[in-house]
Amino acid sequence: MHELSIAQSILDIAERHLPPGDNTRVAVVRVRVGQLSGVVPESLEFCFSAIVPGTRLEGASLVIERVPLTGSCPSCGHTGPLPDSLPFCPVCGEAVTVLSGNELHVAEMELQE
Amino acid sequence: MSVITIERKVLEKNDEIASANRELLHAHGLLTVNMVSSPGAGKTTILERTLERIADRVPVGVIEGDVQTDLDAQRVARYRVPAIQIVTRGGCHLEAALVRDALRNLDLGAIRLLIIENVGNLVCPSNYDLGEDFKIVVASTAEGDDKPLKYPAMFRNASVLLVNKVDLLPYLDCSIDRLTSNALKINPSLQVFKMSARTGEGLDAWCDWLVAQTPHTGTGT
Repeated sequence: MHELSIAQSILDIAERHLPPGDNTRVAVVRVRVGQLSGVVPESLEFCFSAIVPGTRLEGASLVIERVPLTGSCPSCGHTGPLPDSLPFCPVCGEAVTVLSGNELHVAEMELQE
Repeated sequence: MSVITIERKVLEKNDEIASANRELLHAHGLLTVNMVSSPGAGKTTILERTLERIADRVPVGVIEGDVQTDLDAQRVARYRVPAIQIVTRGGCHLEAALVRDALRNLDLGAIRLLIIENVGNLVCPSNYDLGEDFKIVVASTAEGDDKPLKYPAMFRNASVLLVNKVDLLPYLDCSIDRLTSNALKINPSLQVFKMSARTGEGLDAWCDWLVAQTPHTGTGT
């Protein structure tokens, strides 16, 4: 998808949550990227590292938690991971309610000591 | 080591603008739809055939999204409806901010139905809320009957499926039953309309349904 503009959005959100003052530096930004979000984690890491120099997040690493696609089946009750990124129950084949896998969230950041 | 909890959606800025768009559109009593598809599925031709049938029943406005040219807005303008062209110059999807700016150039009090034709792309538009009431996905028979399985996010996020180019079925290996059942597997609540924008088959049923969804009263009556 648009990993560069997504990296920019992550940077903007992180900067907005920094305490005022110029001397705080960020060590880590943690994000959650769902399997169905359309975002390629390696591209996102690359783009993030390319845009943080010169900002208050210079030197920060992006840690990506990959959230698997999971669902719950209203037909047979099975709940769990969905193979092949398709929203069908691996037990009975019916359409499931997606529980996780669409996330694209900035979770938290760790400041440098 | 201090940790700052953030818990924000990465695309929250787009979502906030989309919500503001939605509020503005609803304040004017409008129904707004977002048409998406692969390039070449027939969105603009379906739109033209739709405007032919409904423009004197419901006051309609159109927002066109394309990477280059205003060719689509020119086609639509022939039906005497207000049409705004957004040229993204490389952007592969419309975003809420672009639609917000386009809305400033439309007299929302004079219309009751707003049709947004998105850039041809079955991937990215599913992530970008524009403020619409629902998405309409157009899939043509020439694209194959496994399309919904290959682009599940888009088919899941739409409320209506228009299956176009049914006139080509004799020349294709596409099974319209398989295409429909694949789409309904991904999204059991999809409303499906089969049509040929070229021959006119199926257009009346689709247009009658769309008019029935449009509010009878609004600031534009």
